Amino acid sequence: MGVKLLLDKANVPGIRTYDVYRREGGYTAVEKALKEMNPETIVEEVKKSGLRGRGGAGFPAGMKWSFIAKPEGVPRHLVCNADESEPGTFKDRYLMEFLPHLLLEGLIIASFALGSHDTYIYIRGEYAWIPDILEEAINEAKANGWLGKNILGTGFDCNIHVQRGAGAYICGEETALIESLEGRRGNPRIKPPFPAIQGLWMRPTVVNNVETLAAVVPIIKMGGDEYAKIGVGKSTGTKLISACGNINKPGVYEIDMTVSVEDFIYSEEYCGGIKGGKQLKACIPGGSSVPILPANLLLKTAKGETRYMNYESLSDGGFATGSMMGSGGFIVLDEDQCIVKNTLTLARFYRHESCGQCSPCREGTGWMEKILMKIEQGKGEMSDIDLLWDIQRKIEGNTICPLGDAASWPVAAAIRHFRDEFEWHVNNPELSQTSNFGLQHYADPIHVPA
Amino acid sequence: MGMQFNETQMTEFKRLVARYPEGKQKSALLPALHLAQESFDGWLSTETMDYIASLLSIEPIEVYEVASFYSMYNLKPVGKFVFEVCQTGPCMVSGSDNIIDYIKQTLDIKPGETTKDGVFTLKLVECLGACGYAPMMQVGKIYKEHLTKEKVDVIIAEYRQLAASKN
Repeated sequence: MGVKLLLDKANVPGIRTYDVYRREGGYTAVEKALKEMNPETIVEEVKKSGLRGRGGAGFPAGMKWSFIAKPEGVPRHLVCNADESEPGTFKDRYLMEFLPHLLLEGLIIASFALGSHDTYIYIRGEYAWIPDILEEAINEAKANGWLGKNILGTGFDCNIHVQRGAGAYICGEETALIESLEGRRGNPRIKPPFPAIQGLWMRPTVVNNVETLAAVVPIIKMGGDEYAKIGVGKSTGTKLISACGNINKPGVYEIDMTVSVEDFIYSEEYCGGIKGGKQLKACIPGGSSVPILPANLLLKTAKGETRYMNYESLSDGGFATGSMMGSGGFIVLDEDQCIVKNTLTLARFYRHESCGQCSPCREGTGWMEKILMKIEQGKGEMSDIDLLWDIQRKIEGNTICPLGDAASWPVAAAIRHFRDEFEWHVNNPELSQTSNFGLQHYADPIHVPA
Repeated sequence: MGMQFNETQMTEFKRLVARYPEGKQKSALLPALHLAQESFDGWLSTETMDYIASLLSIEPIEVYEVASFYSMYNLKPVGKFVFEVCQTGPCMVSGSDNIIDYIKQTLDIKPGETTKDGVFTLKLVECLGACGYAPMMQVGKIYKEHLTKEKVDVIIAEYRQLAASKN
């Protein structure tokens, strides 16, 4: 069993309520932070912990906090990014639904460290039942003196508000989220200025993912140095992985980033193997945006070394032979899955979610979907595969926000690793409508543990 | 049409606006549109949007451009219950195509259409963050997960009954 820092109490009956959470040692991190520490020492501990943003980009959280501008007389804000929308990702939902007080505890500490008196949780609109859970928890915290005026007699005032989005993946991008929170379309802003200088209502703002903020609680409790000892290299602490697709035990798992990909997929502690005794074909290990990997490159790196579930190991080999940790949305595909069709559904997703601001993304995502549809329906030509490659290359890096890259990478990786399957579709227009390419991609039998 | 929030809805509207600093009431636009959609038959008419604009002291165009951007706002009338079925990758590899076909066949409608009796609308949506519990759909505030054909039958029967009891 790996170390658990976030979900260690998840199975305690009634942990969602204040009384049980408090009885289990809840809010002691807030007590420690507000009574024994000051904003600077809190930021210092988070820096020492090596905590990296858990939303997908993996930027060091303590560093992000230290960038916040502190102009005289201008309010600052902390915004919690709960717009979890990356396909394959459902870990923040789990945290908010079952451990709302853990998130609040992290939010109070972070608000104190950043000097935010009005902190906002921006939650995706479809998670429509969760704001009720969060607001209930906020009311409980307030009634017990953890929120509101003069918290713990320190003179620090803080309120937390919950705002629902309304269905837009792009609002997970921090500047689009801020626009949305201001009551506008979710069009990302050009950076600089960064939110730390001019964010919500042009005030200094830090936007952090739900899991990142929850992780602040164990960091304060154990200290940054101790937290950094867990995990490996720059992958410190624990990470929530939401596992889905063709596996026996889909769900949210907390790992300490020393587990191998193979153990994660096949051990009973985690995914429990491929459903129905089938073979592993491919996996998108970090949410739909990150490169898909064929089974052989997933379990072992190109150098033949064991691949582990951490930032460095998952990206070993760059995009040529590696992928990314991303948001921790782990999507497993079995032998019956069609790479072309899977890529098509993702291309459609990005076309639907492009905000339309930048031409390469607005137009390119539509073209990619159309061409993939053509190939999937058995009407594709060989030149279409090159055209797809060309389009994705022209989107990547040419847009205001990373959605363009996120739309390009899945298409690029699918062609990079499964070009034979695309060609098979073109060469077998009829057969491809009734059967699929299966595991023909693999010259040798795939290594599957007993 | 002269639509207006009733007293309870107005109290809720004021609570939403109060979450933001003085002069930043436009921030309440998204939640206010959710409230309006829930209050006025599940969709946002031009009249509704104009009403929200007047409440927040902003231009109607500021409301239209937001309402048309976000996928959860319905700009056309919908059935009493909207089945929003996820079709993105993780749901697709878990069999959402079969579920979508089954719902289409059972309700005899295509995506975007409403049944003749006005009870159901079928909408295909992109990832709702329930990938581990796929296939799935959203009905109002609720997620219906691990869908099978049998489960779809039960859900349809359940909502038909609910619709009948509301009439």
